[in-house]
Amino acid sequence: MAERPRSLDRPTDQPSGGRGLLGRRRVLGYLIAAPTLAVGVSWLVNDTDPRAADAAVPSLPQPEDIFDLGDLQNLAAAPTSGLITVELKTDGTAFFAVPRAEVGQGITTAFAMMVAEELDLPMDKVEIGLADARPELLMNQLTGGSNSMRSMYLPVRTAAAIARQRLVDTAAAHWGVAAGKVTARAGVLTGPGGLTATYGSLAEAAASIKTIAVSAELKSPSEFSVLGRPRNRVDGHDIVTGRKQFAMDLQVPGAKPTMVARPPTINGTLKSINNLAALRAMPGISDVVGITHGVAIRGDTFGQCIDAIQKVDATWGPGTVDDESDATVLAKLRAAQLPMVVPPVLSQTIDAEFVFAFASNSPLEPDCAIADVRPDSAEIWSSLKVPIVAQEDIAKQLGLPIDAVKVHVIQGGGSFGRHLFHDVAAEAAEISQKMGKAVKLSWSRTDNFRQGRTHPMSTSRVRVNYLAGNVLSYEQRHTSVQTDFGHGLGEMITAFAADLPVGGNLSFAETIFELSQSSPYNFGVTTQLLNEVPLKFNTGSMRNIYSPNVVCAEELMVDRLAAKMGQDPVRFRRSFLKDKRLLAVLNKAAEVGNWGKAMPKGTAQGVGVHSEYRAAVATLVEIDCRPATVNRPVDGEGVTGPRVTKAVIVVDPGFCINPRGLEAQMIGGLQDAIALALTSSLHIKDGIPLEGSWDNYFYTREWNTPLDVEVVIMPNTSESPSGAGELAVAPAFAAVACAYARATGTMPTYFPINHGTLGFEPLPLQPSTPQSPTDGLDHTF
Amino acid sequence: MPTHTFKLNGKKISVEAEDNVRLLWVLRDLLGVTGPKYGCALEVCKSCTSHINGKAFNPCSVQVKDIEPTDEVTTIEGLPATVGKDLHPMQEAWLTYDVAQCGYCQPGQIMAAVAKVKQARKEGRDITDADLDELRNICRCGTYSRIREAVKAGAEDMGA
Ligand code: FES
Ligand code: FES
Repeated sequence: MAERPRSLDRPTDQPSGGRGLLGRRRVLGYLIAAPTLAVGVSWLVNDTDPRAADAAVPSLPQPEDIFDLGDLQNLAAAPTSGLITVELKTDGTAFFAVPRAEVGQGITTAFAMMVAEELDLPMDKVEIGLADARPELLMNQLTGGSNSMRSMYLPVRTAAAIARQRLVDTAAAHWGVAAGKVTARAGVLTGPGGLTATYGSLAEAAASIKTIAVSAELKSPSEFSVLGRPRNRVDGHDIVTGRKQFAMDLQVPGAKPTMVARPPTINGTLKSINNLAALRAMPGISDVVGITHGVAIRGDTFGQCIDAIQKVDATWGPGTVDDESDATVLAKLRAAQLPMVVPPVLSQTIDAEFVFAFASNSPLEPDCAIADVRPDSAEIWSSLKVPIVAQEDIAKQLGLPIDAVKVHVIQGGGSFGRHLFHDVAAEAAEISQKMGKAVKLSWSRTDNFRQGRTHPMSTSRVRVNYLAGNVLSYEQRHTSVQTDFGHGLGEMITAFAADLPVGGNLSFAETIFELSQSSPYNFGVTTQLLNEVPLKFNTGSMRNIYSPNVVCAEELMVDRLAAKMGQDPVRFRRSFLKDKRLLAVLNKAAEVGNWGKAMPKGTAQGVGVHSEYRAAVATLVEIDCRPATVNRPVDGEGVTGPRVTKAVIVVDPGFCINPRGLEAQMIGGLQDAIALALTSSLHIKDGIPLEGSWDNYFYTREWNTPLDVEVVIMPNTSESPSGAGELAVAPAFAAVACAYARATGTMPTYFPINHGTLGFEPLPLQPSTPQSPTDGLDHTF
Repeated sequence: MPTHTFKLNGKKISVEAEDNVRLLWVLRDLLGVTGPKYGCALEVCKSCTSHINGKAFNPCSVQVKDIEPTDEVTTIEGLPATVGKDLHPMQEAWLTYDVAQCGYCQPGQIMAAVAKVKQARKEGRDITDADLDELRNICRCGTYSRIREAVKAGAEDMGA
């Protein structure tokens, strides 16, 4: 179903111009009735079918893909609803509103490249915006699971190609020449005898008075001059000058700083505020109201909201997991582990259990949303990956019709899974409604860690049976606290794709797990199963859902097996890997990383491989676990420990749209992986994480990062791009864990390895946000 | 309400604010200078890093009353003017190395980097990996590798 022919799509406009080379693909779209040239393309035009033959590497069907499996054509019955559009303005710029969230992963740059390529327009003439919530786009307005590139690659290029075709045809008609005599380059059309016209000068003439279906041809990859070449980010200049605006930077009239004093346990509720009048009288404070999960405070500055939080005297009701701590959760997970099926074969069995602690998916930008709720309408500004679900839910919450709620998608300061949910937007709406005023709500840093979403704790049990150089069976039982996939997501999937095996979150999770997790090795009878324990933590994905933990456990067992069989880890993988692309990236990583070189005692190399999103990655790292490194001091709070000193990441992305962007995603994934393996976790105690700041939650810092990082991008193996945002985490996590095991001679079984020692003094639970220091001038440098 | 006067990005300004309000909020909420980012208000994440009299500091942890009328506060917005250009060499290096991902940490990273380089220069030496290891700025997108490359390149272009 690479192209889904629909009867309504019959082209009415025959192609012209010299674009009929073999290998070009004919695509369909619409000229839209508009004052200047506007082209719309159904987002159903894509080639992301997970069943497609080019999916040599098993790929994770994300909710979008699963939705894709259903019969979607009926949803697009009205052909011009749900289109993504490219518009050409009279100043010669093309505008494309991305129905996706930019949270740092570089999608705006990639989309600009697609438009520039097919429209033959310089990059700086392409303007990319983020689309407001558009319910008609349905599930396509979801940025999750590293899927944006894959699902939008064809539709965006199609729209641009049709616009280009239309411009060529318009110029040809004006000049009275054959379209084949007109060329388009860098925003200028050129005809015979020195005729030229800029795109902008034809923007109005090329406009269509009726909306009509048309077709055009896409360039073949050999003709690309933009796609596949390294490009820097389109928003780089705005970022380095401080001009890029995040939600907290927006000036919406009346939307004053607002924060919330919160209960001492996760999802605790407010029973009463005992000093309301005193709080309202505090300097700079304009409003104080009780809300479901706290006391909302609005004032002239966020600082004064923090001041007021210090003084809140409230009575709190219980939360949803007050009796849970790390140990109780682990006991519940262990009780829920599914049994192994293959009986142990005496001495040739390896059994192991791995535990992965709770982790925080909080980006650097604290959750922030602006809400202006009026009696009969509402407007929301926030970084949202599923804005249409936010719109629907918030409308319901406020008692307003859906179209009375306007939701603007703002660029996010990172996401990693957090912005799949609209918790902060919903709370901002609740507060604005109760105060009757506009609010700019920011969660505090401490709120983000303690009340925000977490990637839940999980265990992975593995049993391997082997005999005489062969692996007879590989069984993995992954058990996790239930992961929330997204507000309303399950309901939407159920509603729109009735034939899917979706019956509640649990079976949906199991379906995703089974479709996504497949061992890349020829290990005989192989089963990988998931069981989830429903506990009422606030959970979500974090740069992937299951793969980092599942793959880390698997690769550690692979190293163990290799050792038992007396084989080198790379050679062992070579003989058991099923997939050619994985083998190729492994070999490349071993070559570039000089696998097997002599290393001092206490240091070692490690490798990890993984395929997902139709891409293949191998990571090779070197780790230093010698005491002088492990115990190196760091000024102030922070952990050191073993240091990954070198990393080589080899990625086969299928088709690489932007090598610079892909490399950035690989480097970022590596830093996440180092944190997951060595330093970053949440410690749950009596219903709340102890972590309250970045000096408690030890995400990778400069003193933990490798000095030597190399990313190798393999030559394209396909014409379709793969997802990159989450790809690097799993194999790098595995490589670091394997390297650690080889350097220390001990296979780690609890992650991160330092979880057992609390490396900080926890901040008090109340007040829920600590007061800011005042000694900043003592620490200048 | 007390009035506070100081130099901000080369201009003398006066602002009314309670004495204890931290400078970050005076800049962001009262003056609309949003380059310095809020990441913790605990002097930990360093995303608010700006300069006071040419040295890096965290305005989230300084009360506005502690800023003297003679103090010169520079935020990312005022950095280029300190070298009389459209972009400071460190900003140029950030662009060359395509450092940013989401960008939230980057104003603070650049301000910290400039100060770190100047600190090393004052000690009569070039910036080292050990110096870079001392930078505490969080980048949750994990751009550390490119930050390190860019700081070294930016340092060269900053001259002596
Ligand atoms: S906001 Fe100032 S250090 Fe984090
Ligand atoms: S670029 Fe996103 S936090 Fe650094």
